[in-house]
Amino acid sequence: MDAVTASPNIGRSIPRLEANDKVTGRIEYIHHLRLPGMLYGKIFRSNVPHARIKSVDVSAAEAVEGVFQVVTIDDIRKVIPHPYYGPAFHDQPILADGKVRFAGEPVAVVLATDKRIAEQAAALIVAEYEDLPGVFDEVDAMTSQTLVHDELKPAATFPDLQHLKGRKGTNIALDYHLVRGDVEEGFAKADHVFEHVFRTQQVMHTPMEPFVSVADAQDGSVTLHTASQGPSFVRIEIARLLGLPENRVRVRVPHLGGGFGGKLYIKLEALVTALSMVARRPVKIALTMEEQFFMVTRHPCTFTIKSGVNKDGRIIARHCEVVWNGGAYADIGPRVTQKAGFTSAGPYDIENVLIDSYAVYTNRPPCGALRGFGAPQTAWAYECHTDMIAEALGLDKIEFRRMNILREGRPQASGTPMVDAAVEQAMDHTLDLMNWKLPFDRGSGKIRRGRGVAIGFKGITAPTTSVAIVNLYGDGSCALYIGTVDMGQGSDTVMAQIAAEVLNIDPAAIKIIHPDTDVTPYDMGTLGSRSTYHMGTAVRLAAEDAKAKIAALAAELGLPEGTNAPLAELLRRKYGMQAGNIIGTGSFIPDYQKPDTKTGQTIKGTPFWGVGASGAEVEVDTETGHFTITKLVNVADVGTAINPKMVLQQLSGAAIMQLGFTTTENMVFRDGQLTNGSLADYKIPNLLDMPREFINDYTQSRQKDGPFGAKGAGESTTIALSPAIGNAIADAIGLFLPDLPITPESIFRALQDANGTPLAGE
Amino acid sequence: MTTPRTIRFKLNGRSVSADIMPHETIVDMLTQRFDLKGARESCGQGLCGCCTVNIDGMAVSGCLSLAWFLDGKDVQTIEGVANGATLDPVQQAFIEAGAFQCGFCTPGFIMMVRQLLDLHPDPTEDQMRHFLTGNLCRCSAYPEIIDAVKIAVAKRAELAHLVA
Repeated sequence: MDAVTASPNIGRSIPRLEANDKVTGRIEYIHHLRLPGMLYGKIFRSNVPHARIKSVDVSAAEAVEGVFQVVTIDDIRKVIPHPYYGPAFHDQPILADGKVRFAGEPVAVVLATDKRIAEQAAALIVAEYEDLPGVFDEVDAMTSQTLVHDELKPAATFPDLQHLKGRKGTNIALDYHLVRGDVEEGFAKADHVFEHVFRTQQVMHTPMEPFVSVADAQDGSVTLHTASQGPSFVRIEIARLLGLPENRVRVRVPHLGGGFGGKLYIKLEALVTALSMVARRPVKIALTMEEQFFMVTRHPCTFTIKSGVNKDGRIIARHCEVVWNGGAYADIGPRVTQKAGFTSAGPYDIENVLIDSYAVYTNRPPCGALRGFGAPQTAWAYECHTDMIAEALGLDKIEFRRMNILREGRPQASGTPMVDAAVEQAMDHTLDLMNWKLPFDRGSGKIRRGRGVAIGFKGITAPTTSVAIVNLYGDGSCALYIGTVDMGQGSDTVMAQIAAEVLNIDPAAIKIIHPDTDVTPYDMGTLGSRSTYHMGTAVRLAAEDAKAKIAALAAELGLPEGTNAPLAELLRRKYGMQAGNIIGTGSFIPDYQKPDTKTGQTIKGTPFWGVGASGAEVEVDTETGHFTITKLVNVADVGTAINPKMVLQQLSGAAIMQLGFTTTENMVFRDGQLTNGSLADYKIPNLLDMPREFINDYTQSRQKDGPFGAKGAGESTTIALSPAIGNAIADAIGLFLPDLPITPESIFRALQDANGTPLAGE
Repeated sequence: MTTPRTIRFKLNGRSVSADIMPHETIVDMLTQRFDLKGARESCGQGLCGCCTVNIDGMAVSGCLSLAWFLDGKDVQTIEGVANGATLDPVQQAFIEAGAFQCGFCTPGFIMMVRQLLDLHPDPTEDQMRHFLTGNLCRCSAYPEIIDAVKIAVAKRAELAHLVA
């Protein structure tokens, strides 16, 4: 038996450390925070998608009793002379600056002591606009004369974006390319060439705790209490905006009511900081559910995929052109473009690959990271494409995959070898759970049944750093200081298990010191499935450092090596009373080689691989297009599961979320106006949407360089789920649907088209 | 502005009063005047269940109902379901089943499961799904929530047996 699984703390499903506080409702969220003297801010938003601002009349709002002040960009410029922010580009103004670039963009803020008064007053603001033509579709934006930004303003944060600085006359914020072999030669040699276009829709994270931040600015310093997934980044970006050293900006984050990639980088933090500086009072902004649709969303994408295939079924060439609709501000879209572009040819061993991935600006709400960093959008294309090719060539869909799958040790399209990536095992385990080899009832009459499988993978944002501190007190009790944000994924518990394993103590007795940049060390962010691997390693190193210091203390006190004297006893002997600390530190950054800027080639482009496989069985009523997912299976490679129950919960939760993005969720726009921005019209999954048979599992694998063999698990089951369902629908009705979401209407339209009786309209 | 009005009601077993504004919702009043954090406004449209409280034995969306309708009523929130440090069987069941991730929707779910079990002590799985369909969990801990309901059914039956 593996020594790791026999260990006392790894592979154990202990309950969450904070379970009691969550069921009693007493857990801390910024949602509830009130500070003495605090003002509430209510945002007044643009109602046009692209326009010059002619005037903003705030006089009626300012006259409302109880209103403290109404703030526009002119007020903000007095405290922050260059009020533009963003993680990849400094393109987003704290409030609209002369122009609005999407319907819903913040234009002014009413500050009042009562949030209802602020709300009422905000409704009295009148803005006049001079409309500009808008560009909304990503493919149009590639060539449109309508420009969302006059000039590109890349941030200095990422050195690889420097070449874009000052570029004008384009909506293309970033282009990423990968070249392997010669794709044209491959197509010329291939027996068959297939080309398909796939599209995905704009969707939203919808955390149940809407975005909320509180700032308390003093002269020369600021404290932020914020529902953020990335306190360290917030600190760096706020310090840059204010021209302050990092140590004058404090960012504190308790638990989050969900994040899913939305609460990353910098969101409301710049605005509340500016408002607090203007008002010289603490300021809170809490978005409503409706307003969340204007904060950040997932990129819609158009993916043209072309493959050259030999008659024996070997894929020898693939060209991926992926266009990402980033909305009005880049946010982290350029990273999505690179990271998802990187794996957009799929987990297949292809000799000749060309990838062109473009982030474009449009006049839509901004898009950023959402549970998968673009991998689910690309897998939708490459895995539907896989089934379509197999179908056209009369090949078995599983054997076709198996013939081309990227096996352990083989170089992925970037040249980075596949290491500890159980792609084929995940597919095989999915097939077993689907009972793939058993006869399958295909339905009869108008009810048709089908089943589908898909596989996918993703690279991890690199290189990124995590730092951890283990503090053992005079009585031997332990606290862990980490910047990882527990937004529900259970990082507090897993990190405690890792520390406990090294220190041989009870994980439930460890206290987690939540992110507070005055106290907790740097962490790049709680994102992209990186925490268990990166912060987990930093915690392991910190605990080992503490352990070595305990051993050194014992030696100093003249105790024999390997003494089992408790730490409290050692410290008492050293200091003559209950006093002192043992402080262990750990810092981790994985190996990385920057990809070649022209070819994207690198031998180490990702610290590890996220891997997921999914299978679905569906039942379609061919008269109406209504369908039921009767069975859904998801398998991920998570390395060693440190807390198996919480890992399975991540896999299941991510799968249901992606099920929403596959079947019901869709931000619908008319002329740049969002028409369904509330939970009344934008439907996220509820209990009735859960498939009757719903199985989630992980492969027996090990990430050799991860903490105790572990790696991230939060996104893996979002990757292959949509194409598994799409392929199952196609298997049932004999038609492939190229666009997400799959709805009864889209199925009905496809069936009518095939019957030669197409329906009118969209 | 309109003037405040005084209401008197029972909150988690204790008699209380509050001077409230006519537009004030139950959630606003509970959070701002009583510092109770369990009922939370999320969707603001009565569609997600995060704000669920119990009024005279019925589960209600606290973000949609005005506070002054509480005058003379008996109100129970998540803060009132445990007996001191001893958790309610439904709360215990949620921990045992691991029926939450971020925890934001959890009090609302627990209030609604208690209502379900008050009305249907031994519900079918279909009843569970339908009854709880007005509560949303974006972390999608739905499979574990169904497990928690089943555990809670057993725990309640056991308690009833002890009492009998």
